[in-house]
Amino acid sequence: MSTYTDTMRETARRLLQECKVELVIGFRRGSRPMMNEPCLVRKPEDADQLVWDSNCGINLANYLTNRKEKIGIFAKGCDSRNIVTHILENKVQRDQLTVIGVPCLGMIDKRKIAAATEGEILEVTENGDTITVKTAAGEKQFAKAEVMQQNCSVCTHRNPVIHDEMIADPVPEQTDVDPYADVAAIDAMDLEERWAYFDDLLDPCIRCYACRNACPLCYCPTCFVDESKPQWVGKGQDAMDVRTFHFLRAYHCAGRCTDCGACERACPVGINMRLLTKKLNKDCKELYDWEAGLSLDKRPALDSYQANDPENFIK
Amino acid sequence: MMKNLLEFMGVEPDRIHFSWISSAESTKFVEVVNKITAKVKAIGPNQRFVKQAAKVA
Ligand code: SF4
Ligand code: SF4
Repeated sequence: MSTYTDTMRETARRLLQECKVELVIGFRRGSRPMMNEPCLVRKPEDADQLVWDSNCGINLANYLTNRKEKIGIFAKGCDSRNIVTHILENKVQRDQLTVIGVPCLGMIDKRKIAAATEGEILEVTENGDTITVKTAAGEKQFAKAEVMQQNCSVCTHRNPVIHDEMIADPVPEQTDVDPYADVAAIDAMDLEERWAYFDDLLDPCIRCYACRNACPLCYCPTCFVDESKPQWVGKGQDAMDVRTFHFLRAYHCAGRCTDCGACERACPVGINMRLLTKKLNKDCKELYDWEAGLSLDKRPALDSYQANDPENFIK
Repeated sequence: MMKNLLEFMGVEPDRIHFSWISSAESTKFVEVVNKITAKVKAIGPNQRFVKQAAKVA
């Protein structure tokens, strides 16, 4: 995927030169390996900052919220689905956007690489499916599949669902994956085990809200966790407050989450809070045959009524 | 879906109930309330999603 970079720079330069867009949202190299950061390019001569490789896991749709300019945006499969969701929710208009599709082969998980290597990571390079990690202790190679983000390894929408241009030909979609195996494993536990599982999972949470901030869906001007009149949830480390925060954060994403993985990626303590949104995604699929962000022509599952909506929970 | 997610996180299925009762359906209201109270009593006082008061030494 690192071969996309040149085409991206050209595309961004052209769109800016032709004044088709006022800015282009893409990635530039971060200050540390595997930490590419979002960047907004406004001048054609700055297009050379742009890069693309397997460290572009942040969801760029997050940077569109309420913008009024004409924007060019690079979009992987998941970003494009969040762009669709943004358009449906009136956070940006379709005609403002030039969506530049980026067929995606998965992003690498920096935590997996850190766990499998010793010493400070100095450089990470990729060549097709081989990832080479240079550390103070030496060099180590990985197959990309071994160190991929979990959500990418079960992704079934790698190609953008909307685009005005494409950076490359579409990649084959994965069809033999079970996206919800981890949710099913928790469903199979008994009640006590499930309660204990989430106690353990959420115990390290420091309430930094990086997961919320990284998520394109979380755009409310004042989040419920920050309100004080009324105060919906305690602001401290009490286990019940942490659980309430996570329960509600997830629930606010019901029928909207694309499992892009930006939340888990952003968490400084590596909590897989995606399990909660995935449970909702799985229910949406099973109850309403709904997957978020696939089409501009369908209203979201929780936003529309159908006579055959399940109602057996109503007594 | 909200009930499903609560149960996924380990809250007892009988803890939370939904019903749709018109203001004219007084008998249904009584029935439903009786049923719910019976079910909730059966599982006992809630221990989950309860914040323990700070212990003062
Ligand atoms: S909840 Fe997480 S996985 Fe879902 S859209 Fe938001 S950042 Fe992406
Ligand atoms: S990013 Fe991690 S530590 Fe921060 S609030 Fe979210 S789950 Fe908690």
